[in-house]
Amino acid sequence: MKVDQAVIKTCFHCGENCTSGKIFLQEKQFCCDGCKLVYELLNENDLCTYYNLNSNPGISQKIKIRQDKFLFLDDVEVKNKLIQFTDGSKTHVTFYLPQIHCSSCLWLLENIHNINKGIVHAKVNFINKEVFIIFSEQETSLRKVVETLTYIGYEPHISLQELDENKLTVVNHTQLYKIGIAGFCFVNIMMMSLPEYFSSTGKVEDNIHQILQALVVVFSLPVIFYCASDFFITAWKGLRNKFLNIDTPIALAILITFCRSIYEIFSGTGTGYLDSMSGIVFFMLIGRMLQQKTYHSISFERDYKSFFPVAINVLKDNVAKPTIIHNVKVGDVIQIYNNELIPVDAILSKGNASIDYSFVSGESLPVAKEIGEIIYAGGKQLNGILELIVVKEVSQSYLTNLWNKDVFKTQSEEQEQSSFIHWLSKYFTFIVLSVAFIAAAYWLSQHQYNKMWNTLTTVLIVACPCALLLASTFTNGNILRILSKNKLYLRHADMIERLTKINHVVFDKTGTITEQKTLQIEYQGNPFTTTDKINIASIMLQSSHPLSKAIVEYLHVLDTIEIHDLKIIHGSGVEAWINDRHYKIGSYDFIQNAKNISNIELKSSSVFVMIDNKVIGDFKINQQYRFGLKELIQQLRNKFAVSIISGDNNSEKQQLQTIFGQETSLLFNQKPAQKFDYIEHLKKIKHQNVLFIGDGLNDAGALKAGNIGIAITENANNFTPSCDGILDASQFSNLYSFIQLAVAGNNIILLSFLLSIIYNVIGLYFAVQGTLSPLIAAVLMPCSSITIVLITYGLTQFHAIKLKLQT
Amino acid sequence: MSAIIIMLLGSLLIASGFLLAFLWSVKNGQYDDDYSPAQRILFDDADKDKPTK
Repeated sequence: MKVDQAVIKTCFHCGENCTSGKIFLQEKQFCCDGCKLVYELLNENDLCTYYNLNSNPGISQKIKIRQDKFLFLDDVEVKNKLIQFTDGSKTHVTFYLPQIHCSSCLWLLENIHNINKGIVHAKVNFINKEVFIIFSEQETSLRKVVETLTYIGYEPHISLQELDENKLTVVNHTQLYKIGIAGFCFVNIMMMSLPEYFSSTGKVEDNIHQILQALVVVFSLPVIFYCASDFFITAWKGLRNKFLNIDTPIALAILITFCRSIYEIFSGTGTGYLDSMSGIVFFMLIGRMLQQKTYHSISFERDYKSFFPVAINVLKDNVAKPTIIHNVKVGDVIQIYNNELIPVDAILSKGNASIDYSFVSGESLPVAKEIGEIIYAGGKQLNGILELIVVKEVSQSYLTNLWNKDVFKTQSEEQEQSSFIHWLSKYFTFIVLSVAFIAAAYWLSQHQYNKMWNTLTTVLIVACPCALLLASTFTNGNILRILSKNKLYLRHADMIERLTKINHVVFDKTGTITEQKTLQIEYQGNPFTTTDKINIASIMLQSSHPLSKAIVEYLHVLDTIEIHDLKIIHGSGVEAWINDRHYKIGSYDFIQNAKNISNIELKSSSVFVMIDNKVIGDFKINQQYRFGLKELIQQLRNKFAVSIISGDNNSEKQQLQTIFGQETSLLFNQKPAQKFDYIEHLKKIKHQNVLFIGDGLNDAGALKAGNIGIAITENANNFTPSCDGILDASQFSNLYSFIQLAVAGNNIILLSFLLSIIYNVIGLYFAVQGTLSPLIAAVLMPCSSITIVLITYGLTQFHAIKLKLQT
Repeated sequence: MSAIIIMLLGSLLIASGFLLAFLWSVKNGQYDDDYSPAQRILFDDADKDKPTK
């Protein structure tokens, strides 16, 4: 049989490489049986439009989901928490499906009634990655609906956290209402003020004048009482806490403008500044919305509850019964399936445990456990079914304790409020007030009381810091938007400013600078003969250990043979006899029984091959570093100090040192608390501003301790510890560009500040003389707002394009 | 009443109509998801020979 190895085809369903090259259906190639099954199902139900809308839209089915995983959904308690409404026959439910990514998903999910006839209606909200489903209780059940979704690759995300909080995404529309109403009032007031400005005699006909003025007042009421209410509330809150926030001068300006305008209109002395006032409110509401844009589908505050499964199988009298995790008691026997997370501390009683702790401790290779050993919560089983005896309940487990550790919590509160806006708001009010009072005092000394009042109020009106504030809200808002397009999701606009101040970047190793899934294998030693190669691949095929699987893939032998004389020593290696040749493949300890090996340094990260009591070589297991790591580190090292702090052993030290350079400090075998202390040390002793980039639970403390902590994830919906930002792994190499964009943003803000100060000075020039007419105010204020908006938007776009980011 | 007042009221009426339309569209959830409606309209109607509900 001739197999063309040069061309690796991609799976018709999910687009991954077809490594096996054996799975075909109707001339279409698939990477695994799961993908093929989905295709068959869709084909049967005439749903192949799915594949026509986008190429390879599917979700990889390589990790199989066990059949009875969703039995817990038959439990009434769980059911009641999940469903939104039911009348006994029709039930409404909304699922969060993180896999939704393209229009094919949308199409398939909305046509799901072709697969499960019990589903009456399905509607996708693409932005929130949610699907709203109405199904008929007679024809199907909640569990069957979830199973249908899972079968076609869209496993709903059901977590304890959501069950506990019973969260329904209620979209808050208030902000949009406010903007709409403010905009409406603003343009109408503007329109009705125009006759005043342009009448040649200076006075419009009396009755028309009165009607216009009355309408202006009517339209200004919703602006000040509804649209601007947030400014008053925050200003009031700030004052009560004896703190002048940026909303204080704004609220003051709005209030004084309103009062003075009402006075002028009713006393017949003038036309007031209500058009400027509504304009300000309108623009600032827009700026605020841009800056406060939230990511519905991303959560920065996940805790261990969303990490754990909802239910787990408890064995009672040899019958497995799905039980909600809160109800698991000490002494229960639980079953853990392949690729499942162990949610409690437990003793292994049955099965081959090979536990992946990379998320909890940072160890890159799976750990083998013997029967009778304690397995701590948070590990993921990689090798078949386990039975465990619970020793600690979920709320008491090691993992939960790690999470709730007090040191990690107290620190985050005392983040210094040194941002420019805070500084500005502190002094701005004082400066404006003193200008107003000095000018008023001058006119008082001239005995011009009318002008004194005039000056006092108009200074406060024009000096409203709205242009200053718009500069920062629009710049930050646009930067947040650009970053999120490039898959860096920041928690808050303040993080942009913090990003500009960092001077030390600390990386975690496992999962942060290495890829989570792929293991890179390198063979060192005497080359294999063809028979040896086939034999070794065949032997490794018998073992389900993840390293064996990786080696099989590395050897890429298609014609494997059957093996009869085989002995698998769990956690150590494999021994086999083929045609009187003795093969022994496994860890250093496993091999060294026969003969010593000189190269001890590699012992922790290599699989050794021994044929007839002779070591002929070893497979070195390397972590695959992320794409662009080397270039990124070079860029970063020019500007910042860089360190690595890892929970893993130091087997990769040499490799890392060549990438990171000799002066970089590399720390290994670090416990979560040590990571935290290291960051604190950098901050407190060396007075550095630290950016920490990590991924796992062991980084949770360090992520909080850093001036800014960014979690990296291969899928933005995966579980991440609480952090300031989430970065998609595919964009890892752009990290330096992101920092540069933040720095550029800072400069743009400063530039627009200067500009708005010029506008303010012009306004003040008229105001202190007591000659600010409503017309000047009405032109000056929207003008300054619009120019600031255009400049900030244009410049941020320009910088983003220059840095080759998506805009 | 002079013509300008009638014009004014007319323009206000029209503007209020647009404001109400905007508020309704927000309430109706048209700003919640700006991706799927645009895609949905392009899908071929596969169900056309089935009875509509």
